[in-house]
Amino acid sequence: MATLELSNIRKAYGGTPVLDDVSLSVAEREFIAFLGPSGSGKSTLLRIIAGLETLDAGEVRLGGERIDPLPPGRRGVAMVFQHYALYPHMSVRENMAFGLRNARVPREEIEARVAEAARVLEIEAQLDKKPAQMSGGQRQRVAIGRAIVKQPRLFLLDEPLSNLDAALRMRTRVELAQLRQRVDAAFIMVTHDQAEAMTLADRIVVMNDRRIQQVGAPMEIYSRPANTFVARFVGSPAMTLAPAALSDGEGPFARVRLASGAEVETRVPRAGLPAGDGLLLGLRPEMVSVTAPGAGTADAEVMLLERLGERTLVYARLAGGQDVTAEDKGDSPLRTGDRIGLRLDGAAAHLFGPDGAGHHAEAAR
Amino acid sequence: MNGARDWRGLLFVAPFMLLYALILVFPLFRGLWLSLNRVDLFGDGRFVGAANYVRLANDPIFSTALLNTFKVTLMIVPVLTVLALLLALALNNAGRGAALLRGIFFSSAVLSVTIVTLIWRFVLAPDAGLLGEAWKAAGWQPLAFLSDPHLVLPALAITTIWWSLGLPMLLFLAGLQQIPHDMYEAAALDNASRWTTFRRITVPALRRTIVLVVMLQTAAQLQLFGQSQLLTAGGPSGASRTAVLFLFETAFGRWELGYASAAAEMLFLLILAVTLAQYWATGRGREASGAR
Repeated sequence: MATLELSNIRKAYGGTPVLDDVSLSVAEREFIAFLGPSGSGKSTLLRIIAGLETLDAGEVRLGGERIDPLPPGRRGVAMVFQHYALYPHMSVRENMAFGLRNARVPREEIEARVAEAARVLEIEAQLDKKPAQMSGGQRQRVAIGRAIVKQPRLFLLDEPLSNLDAALRMRTRVELAQLRQRVDAAFIMVTHDQAEAMTLADRIVVMNDRRIQQVGAPMEIYSRPANTFVARFVGSPAMTLAPAALSDGEGPFARVRLASGAEVETRVPRAGLPAGDGLLLGLRPEMVSVTAPGAGTADAEVMLLERLGERTLVYARLAGGQDVTAEDKGDSPLRTGDRIGLRLDGAAAHLFGPDGAGHHAEAAR
Repeated sequence: MNGARDWRGLLFVAPFMLLYALILVFPLFRGLWLSLNRVDLFGDGRFVGAANYVRLANDPIFSTALLNTFKVTLMIVPVLTVLALLLALALNNAGRGAALLRGIFFSSAVLSVTIVTLIWRFVLAPDAGLLGEAWKAAGWQPLAFLSDPHLVLPALAITTIWWSLGLPMLLFLAGLQQIPHDMYEAAALDNASRWTTFRRITVPALRRTIVLVVMLQTAAQLQLFGQSQLLTAGGPSGASRTAVLFLFETAFGRWELGYASAAAEMLFLLILAVTLAQYWATGRGREASGAR
């Protein structure tokens, strides 16, 4: 049964539309990540669910009850703000109790819930401190604690990790993953960091240009991107998209020719592909390996090398001027300017039609 | 080298320091010296020690003037602070109407005291004034704001509040805009009513501004002068004479410069004491609140 149901949500600021016919269904105890670049509408959508923004059209239902006409405090949701938004003049204890007091929860119950949240988040020693006396990581915990004590049906997290330094971000990510195991509620997290979305979410909602581009499990988003935007936005470094034309042939799978003349045999079914050229061949770096010149699918020149330790990213240019990102071993002997061959693994490659829609290899998921 | 550098540095601050010494430091000590002398506007005086202060302590006119000053300050400061805060809350939005109203409410602050008292004379005069006409229209006897000893201080207070509203309102607006918006969003998600949000979020965040406004206005209103002189000349029978008006009359009416200086020193000490007391009373426990 769906916990949260968004149907046909529209929102515009003045004459500028920011959300266009967005619908989504979130299951019980599901962890959803809204992933997208700035301006994609993901934060607006979160704020509409929270009640901090109004919607122009559409409905928000939580547990079957329509909540979009309700004020934020009556919706049964709790939010963790990007900048925490702790009340500076209240102690940690008061910060966590504030919402419960407003909801007229009995005093003993408030104390019990605050104590339990403090125990879970390991901030028992900080309960009488003011936010200004705490570190960023501790404030983050208080912000989460303030959400937990409300025992909401839905947690809303607005870029919860973006204010933490790298080490703390990793740790908090793990803690968030543990937290969701213990809490009987659904989570929606807004992020522009795909690693956060991939590691935490059950399903990722990729947003761009006012719309949901794709909804799916992390690996599905990665291996079967619905369109060129998702293909380029998810995965680092971004997928290479090379213009290609469909070659004549008989087999069940499409064979395409790049501008450099190189031909790639894909595992994408020929049926269903639009005829003619205007296709894009999508290659993730791990699908492109380095060979001796002449030994691969195409020859190329090394433009730039990025040594990451366990692997080396090779930014190369094909004869036709097409840039391709390849992957080589960590101790690759290559240098900038070297002539190399590239083996393009057509079996895992993607094809995108002129409309941007993705077509994927049948066998390899 | 070091000495020479210090010297050149001093040159830059010299114009300010000279002016500061000339018009603030020198008069302060000169006044202190004058207060220990019996001296008029012409020629040198005669050292009399604390005689002026002894005389002040026994002067019923001075004590009445001081009492009036404290009364009118007590009438003005709380009302002014609350009104300015309410106005700031009402006008703290980005709309064009709010901007216009902010301008209108601030406009009274740029008027000189002469204009202000002129306006309020027309409002307060019992026979042809605005309030008098309103009272008559309601079928009541018009109140003699400027000649009834019990009404003259409230009349002064109303005039002053109308005149002084702009600056505190501006300070409160600046304070309100310092409060991060997500604090209010968090409060909304915490199911806080408007009153709770005001009491638990806005007022604590404005604490410093409130203290500042109260201290500035207290120090300013304890020196209230122009309104009293121009509206009522301190009357009727001294009922609206303030401490600074007493100073002015003593120095430039009766030419008793030494006596007036003694009164000035007394007033200075009183304002200092009141301000420090306010600072002390509100300054404690402030360390803990601060950045969020």
